Formats: sequence, structure tokens, C-alpha cells
Amino acid sequence: MEPFRHDIHGNPSGSHAASRRAKNALEDARDLIASLINAHPGEVVFTGGGSEADNLAIKGRAFSGGRRGAIVTSPTEHDAVLESAGFCGSFGCRITFAKVGADGLVDPAEVASHVTGGTAVVSIMLGNNETGVRAPLEETASAVKAAGPEAVVHTDAVQAYVSERVDVEALGVDLLSLAAHKFGGPKGVGLLYVRSETTLAPVVHGGGQELGRRSGTHNVAGIVGMAAAMAALEADRTSFRPRIEAERDAFEAMLAELAPDVVVTGAGVPRMVQTSHVRIPGVRNEMLLVRLDQAGLAASAASACQSGAATVSHVLEAMGMTPSVARECLRFSFGWSTAAGDGARAARMVAREAGALR
Amino acid sequence: MRALVAMSGGVDSSVAAALMIEQGWEVMGVTMKLWQGPQGEAPTAGCCTVADAEDARRVAARLDIPYYVWDYTEEFMSGVVGGFIDDYLTGRTPNPCVECNRTVKFSRLLAHAEALDYDVVVTGHYARITSDGGRYRLWRGIDSAKDQSYVLSMLGQDQLSRLRFPVGDLTKDQTRRIAGRLGLRTADKPDSQDICFVGQGDYRDFLAGQGVVPVQGPIIHRDGRLLGVHHGITNFTIGQRRGLGVAVGEPLYVTGIDPDSGVVTVGDRSDLGVHEVTVENLSWVDRPAAGPVLVQYRAHGQAVAAEVSVDGRTAVARFAEPQPAVARGQTLALYRDDEVVGGGIIADTA
Repeated sequence: MEPFRHDIHGNPSGSHAASRRAKNALEDARDLIASLINAHPGEVVFTGGGSEADNLAIKGRAFSGGRRGAIVTSPTEHDAVLESAGFCGSFGCRITFAKVGADGLVDPAEVASHVTGGTAVVSIMLGNNETGVRAPLEETASAVKAAGPEAVVHTDAVQAYVSERVDVEALGVDLLSLAAHKFGGPKGVGLLYVRSETTLAPVVHGGGQELGRRSGTHNVAGIVGMAAAMAALEADRTSFRPRIEAERDAFEAMLAELAPDVVVTGAGVPRMVQTSHVRIPGVRNEMLLVRLDQAGLAASAASACQSGAATVSHVLEAMGMTPSVARECLRFSFGWSTAAGDGARAARMVAREAGALR
Repeated sequence: MRALVAMSGGVDSSVAAALMIEQGWEVMGVTMKLWQGPQGEAPTAGCCTVADAEDARRVAARLDIPYYVWDYTEEFMSGVVGGFIDDYLTGRTPNPCVECNRTVKFSRLLAHAEALDYDVVVTGHYARITSDGGRYRLWRGIDSAKDQSYVLSMLGQDQLSRLRFPVGDLTKDQTRRIAGRLGLRTADKPDSQDICFVGQGDYRDFLAGQGVVPVQGPIIHRDGRLLGVHHGITNFTIGQRRGLGVAVGEPLYVTGIDPDSGVVTVGDRSDLGVHEVTVENLSWVDRPAAGPVLVQYRAHGQAVAAEVSVDGRTAVARFAEPQPAVARGQTLALYRDDEVVGGGIIADTA
């Protein structure tokens, strides 16, 4: 990204030499990214992050062609999808929620059963950012296409991409959101994969960049950084995945030994390898977070509301947890900085600090 | 020695945190999230809003202390809001800040602080705690215009031993000057006057929003005349003069609210005098005090002479002079000079 802070400072939308250098760098990044997700370069739309990509997918489809298209989604989606859908709903778009089991999974056939001729988009996230549950996305996309060949499938892959391979053909999706900061890239930049022939109303109007789908001067440095992070991730994934999985599994095994009543969310279903979402009965998550923070272990209690207080998670609520149960849940994340043995070490800290509160 | 400072985002708790740091304590700041709207949205008007939490966060960052926001909405709902609504429905005038102190701030928060190995909880209240041979004493704040000892009158020895009110020894001006000197963004922030969950609206709008259905009833003068019809006893409080909806050519005041019959009784100013009150839920800062004391029956009011006789957790306080506008549901705080002796809730007036 460094050269783009000073040398290559041109606006890629211009036509002089400085602009061309920036534009070339931008398009090189696009080519690289497209190849990494098995898409055509023209199918990559750069955005200001994952939330914006979700907004474009949902609102772009619902309002494309001047209509008020219907939206099918799940109650465990990220707020960027849910709030966008809600916004569309306030304009008359019909919003339907698929059922989610206590394990956090959607049923592909049940999702498909909601598809009608008026459905503009079906949005099911690849991996849940709170619980780590990995959706049966391929089966869901197939079921949806079988129910309505014109139906468009979107997936928010923001959380999943760091550990799950994204091949848009293999997944069978038409729209896919990514955010650079989730895989080691800079914050404030992301992308929406848009399959050719998929019509979208833009959310950001203006000079017509990104083939009219997202106007505005590009964050060249950010996009170059995102491409570099994606390339590094792909090169690393075959070793990253098993290493992280081993630490996560060691964490859960040690925790089960030291605190047998701890419940791991989604223990029996497919999960992303970097997440461990647990419930510690009898311990309020806010209190444990402070103790862990002071002991040097960072964890999170689902999402934070605007004021910073841990709210009762809509994801856990959709899975049937009561607020008092949800308040006993914490999420632990594993990543590049996780060293060998950290999983077991973290489990011992959690057991000790939780023990002090029980 | 570790101190947990309850930071509302106002200048008083900001300076309280700063003073504890100056005194060498290891300080952590916490904002208690007490209320949210029906869709979980944070309040944007009144006290304890999202903006207030941001102010507290920025002050904590400036003071270089850890800072968290904790969710007490459930406790607040059951401990404060439920009672608030019930009180109005039964013709009482609640003081939710007192109930919040009783059931949330100085019970749950204190317990959580202890669970996290914090020695004291600190707030920005204008009141003073002194210790005298192992016994704790509670006093009005130095700044009599800002004194908040009334809403702290339910505190006892166990709590006081684990509380600190650093700004109680200061005037409001001094507090603001300290905040200015420290460069805290809250130095010039205006004080919040509103009930945190009512915001800028009126408590009547809040009750309506909570589904309270007003029931009509008669407005009757003390002399027996039927003067008109009211639209719900929750619209009235003892001593109220405005909004009665009836006029007889002289000022009228609410002298009685009967939840069973729905009758609101009005009279002239001389009819407002209350001679004695029965107090329930009585607690003492240290030990029971019977005999002559000073009592304060409103948050913003003078303490007046009374004679108190105690019977377990109830008491009868007989005013030396009849007092106007004494409302059931309000707290009666007992003082000896500027020292808080105890407090309870007014159950009956006569």
C-alpha cells in the first residue's frame, strides 16, 4: 500500500499519466481478486467495506428495475443485511425469514420454500460471525435455484472468508460480500461479487465508477492492500486452517476438562475453525469479560450496541436462547497471532476467571 | 486499592473519577446502560443516552482508565420502571432515582464491583461520607444547592463502607473548574434534569407509551362540590396546581388522589397542609433515631422539624408545622443538622 500514499497518487478515474498508473494498479488488483474467487474481473465491485457490500446486495436487488422486490433471509444475519432488509421493508418490500434451528442452521428446502416470482434476493450468510456456524450454503443455493431459476442468491462471506475457500461457482451464489479487515487487509474497504447479468440498483450514485454499480473515487491504497491480503491468505490457507482448528479444538477440549458444564454452541454442526462460542452457566458474560481483559485475554460478548453495552444477541435469540442464557455466552476468536499452546492456555484462564465468579 | 467509578457521562462523575486517580486509586470506569427503547434502540434524549456514554468513554480515555458499558436494563425495568408505573396507578408519586439507587446502583453494581475485586464504588453524588471509629456517617454535600443526600438516604453501614463520593466536598463551580483544568469535554456540559427513561417528554407520555390506559373520574372539592371530570389519576400529583382542567376563580391544588374510587380531591392552599406521615421501608444509616429530627419529603426542598416514633421498619413522623404538598410514594429523609440519619417511603399522609 505504501507507494499509493505518495508516488502513485493519481485518481484512477482521470486520463493523464498519474491517473493511469493508479488505474492500472486498481485493475491489477481487480484481476487478482477475481482469479482468487473464480470470478471475472467485471464481476468484482469495490465498496467501502463489508456493510456497504451487504447494503448493495440487498437494496440493490430489492429496488432494481424500479420495483419493490421481496427478500428472503434468515434471522441470524449480520445487522448490515437485516437493517438493509428492514429499510427495504419500510418501502413495501416483503421480507420473509427462514427458520433457524437451535443449532443455528437453516434448512435448504425450507429456505427455498419461501421463494416466489417476486423474490429479488435470498440472503444467507456463509459463516455466522457470532457463533461460527457454517451454513449449508451450496445446498441452499441449489434448492433456491431449483425453486426459482431466476432467483438471486447472496451470501455475506465477510466472517467466513478467512478460513473458508470462496469459489463463487462451487458455492453457486450470485452475490457475495467480503471485507478486507477480516482477513488482514485494511479497514474501510471490501467488495461485492456480482455475477454477470445480475441487475442491481446502485446504492451510491455519482460518476458511474464500477460500471455504474458503485460510484465514487476509489480507495486505491485500500484496494491494493485488500488484494495483497487476499493473495497472502490464499497462499497461507492450507497451513492456516488446520493450525487454527487445532488451537480452537484444544481450547474447547481443555475447557471441557476444567469446566465440564460449559456448553459449546454448534458443537455438532459445521463451524468455521476460527470461532469458539461458549456458554458458561452461572457467569454473566460482562463480568467475565472484564476479568479476562484484566488477565490479558480478549474475548467478546456477541455484538455491542451503540453505547458499547453487550446486547442480547439477535442471533442467539433466533436460535431459541432466552436473554438470561444468552447473557452467559462469550465468543473466542483464533487467528494469525494465535501461537501453539494458546488454545489450552486460554482455556485455563477462562476456567480460572469464571471459577472466581461462580 | 481499586475503585469502580459509575460514569454517567456528566461532569460530576467525570471529576469523581479524576479525583480518585489523583488520590492514587487504580480506577475503572463503568457506564450503566439502564434503558432502551422498544426496539432496543438507545435513548437519544434525557439522561444516560448514547451520547452520554460516548462522553464518559472519551473522559475515561483522557484519564487513561479502562472503561466498560454494562447492561442493567433488566434490573432497571423490574426494579424501577415497574414500580414507577405501579405507583402512579395507585395514586402515589414515585421517585425513580431513589429506587434506582436502592435496587440497581447501590446493590447490583456494588455486588458486581466486589465480584471483580474492586474495593469501592464511586459516584458523582453531592454528599459526604466520613468514618468515625469504624462507623460510617453520611452528610449533605458542601454545596447546599446541589446536595443529593436525599436520594442516598437508604444507604447503610455495609454500603457506605464500600462507597466514595469525592465531589461531595466541592461546590458545583469547583467541580466544573477541575473538569476544565483537566481538559475534560464534560466541563461545560449542562446538568440533566430529566428522568433517564422519560427523556425530554413528560412522564404522562411515557405512561401512555407503556400502555397505561387512563380511567376517567370525578374531581371533587374538599367541600364536597363536584367540579368536573379528570382523565386519569396518573395525571396528578399532590400539591399540583396546573392542568386540573377546572377553575373556580381561585387557585386550586390537588389535595388527594384515591386510586380505588378514582376521585381526585382539590382544595385551596390551606387545605394542603399535612400534619403527619406514615413511613415504610425504613432504613438507618447507623442506628434508629427516634424523637426530634429534621425531615425532608421532596428531593428539592428544605428539611423541616418533626417528631418521629419508630416501630420496626415503619415510623410515624409528626411535623412541627403542617406541610404542603406531601405525596405518598416520595422518600422521607431524616436528618440531624446536615447528617443523614435514615429514610423511608411515605405510605400515608394525614
